[in-house]
Amino acid sequence: MDGFYIVTSLLKIVAVIFLVILPMVSYAVYAERRVSALIQDRLGPNRVGPAGLFQPIADAAKFIFKEDFTPATVNTFYYWLAPCLAMVPAIITIAVVPFGSTLFGVPMVIADINVGILYVFAITSLGVYGIVLAGWASNSKYPFLGGIRSSSQMISYELSLGLAVIPIFLIVGNLRLTSVVQYQIEHGWMIAPFVGDWTNLGKWLLAIPMLISFFIFVIAVFAETNRLPFDLPEAEQELAGGYHTEYSSMKFALFFLGEYAAMITGSAIVVTLFFGGWHLPGIPDGSHGWIFGLINIAVFFAKVAALLFFFMWVRWTLPRFRYDQLMRLGWLFFFEIALVNIFIVAGILALIR
Amino acid sequence: MAITVPRPKLNWRERLYLPAITAGLMITIKHLKNMIFRRTKVTMQYPEEKWDAELPEHYRGAPALVRDADGRVRCVACQLCEFICPPRAIKIIAGEIPANDRFSKVEKYPEEFDIDMVRCIFCGMCEEVCPEQAIFLRKDYAITGFTRAEMVHHKDKLLEIGGVMHGVVLKWNEKK
Repeated sequence: MDGFYIVTSLLKIVAVIFLVILPMVSYAVYAERRVSALIQDRLGPNRVGPAGLFQPIADAAKFIFKEDFTPATVNTFYYWLAPCLAMVPAIITIAVVPFGSTLFGVPMVIADINVGILYVFAITSLGVYGIVLAGWASNSKYPFLGGIRSSSQMISYELSLGLAVIPIFLIVGNLRLTSVVQYQIEHGWMIAPFVGDWTNLGKWLLAIPMLISFFIFVIAVFAETNRLPFDLPEAEQELAGGYHTEYSSMKFALFFLGEYAAMITGSAIVVTLFFGGWHLPGIPDGSHGWIFGLINIAVFFAKVAALLFFFMWVRWTLPRFRYDQLMRLGWLFFFEIALVNIFIVAGILALIR
Repeated sequence: MAITVPRPKLNWRERLYLPAITAGLMITIKHLKNMIFRRTKVTMQYPEEKWDAELPEHYRGAPALVRDADGRVRCVACQLCEFICPPRAIKIIAGEIPANDRFSKVEKYPEEFDIDMVRCIFCGMCEEVCPEQAIFLRKDYAITGFTRAEMVHHKDKLLEIGGVMHGVVLKWNEKK
């Protein structure tokens, strides 16, 4: 392994985590508060700085200076471990997501591994440990119930999450996320194949099951990230905050930020799989000049931001599911639909190839 | 008694939920859009916008002492307001006006006049009871302080809020 590769990888990691993901996480919290306020005919946080834009800094300062209280009855080791486990998987998932084409000849993906999507599923399923450990280590009833709900919910929806993306990899024939993006550049986005050979009827035939896949995947991402309408693990009204009831100060903030980081990585994966990643019709990739490389990156994160807005929009529209409804939806509908969808795609592929 | 809630039979379109969800999303985005284009009326942004101009004439804000046109403190320290005050927020220590003073006929003046604004309930009874029309409820409503001691308005502060009142009762002018 040569030095250039190591240096560029480190640069990419630092840039993506500290310049993009962490600011995006903190501003997602701000955006969430602003969007929720606007939807409810309020103004939201507008005091700190122009239009409240320094609110995340004020929030962070507040969290750091709050008392970090550890209740006497908790299992201290796991109590301290849980917030880290909630934050880390959400962030390291971004490693395999291609967030741009190339910049100065360097591919804009931290680790272009050939089992991309499997890595994503392996790491995101670790996210459940943070919540379950938090619920169990708190040694308190509400967090315990939250942890239990979360574990069953996440495991249930991981099935449909995994099954929903199989059709994509049937079409692409490769688990590498960069080749998924490459396929979408050549043949059009998965859910909107307008570019490339768009007159091909088979493409449009495939777009129908892709739309189903997209719906199931997005809904499963909602459930995986514990967002409304599936935020049962932290249902404020029933569980007084759920798994993070006993947490305070920066440890609570880590759960909070972990949820938003998971949202961002979830959106990034949805964008990569269904919305053509960093591709926008008419804009060439980074080999035509560094400015296009930067535009590609901007396009990718703009798509992610649009999807994050959708997440917030849905959160402030829909009420929470009842627990049995959630399980019914996951096991009796999405699981079956995703399974049938795989066969439909396989049939169409056999027909047109 | 157990009540069986009748559940309406849903048709397939309703059971799909997607039309209902889309309708809900459209409603919320409409609210967001109206907020962004400032078509929705929002609450007054208090410290920047104030309603001082729209305060009605009868508004009952902080009680204050007034001076008359000659600059004399109108209060004659009769202590009626101290008596009437329901939360006992007013404390007056009366002093005698020296004989050689222009207003020696008045006999008494308030040496100290304290209103504890932590206690004051802005009822306006002091204003109502005052025979000299010396105490008025003004339009100051943002009365703040870091300590209880700071919240007590002394005579100087009360006069500062009150200012000069022209007209009304001027019976002491005729008996100069």
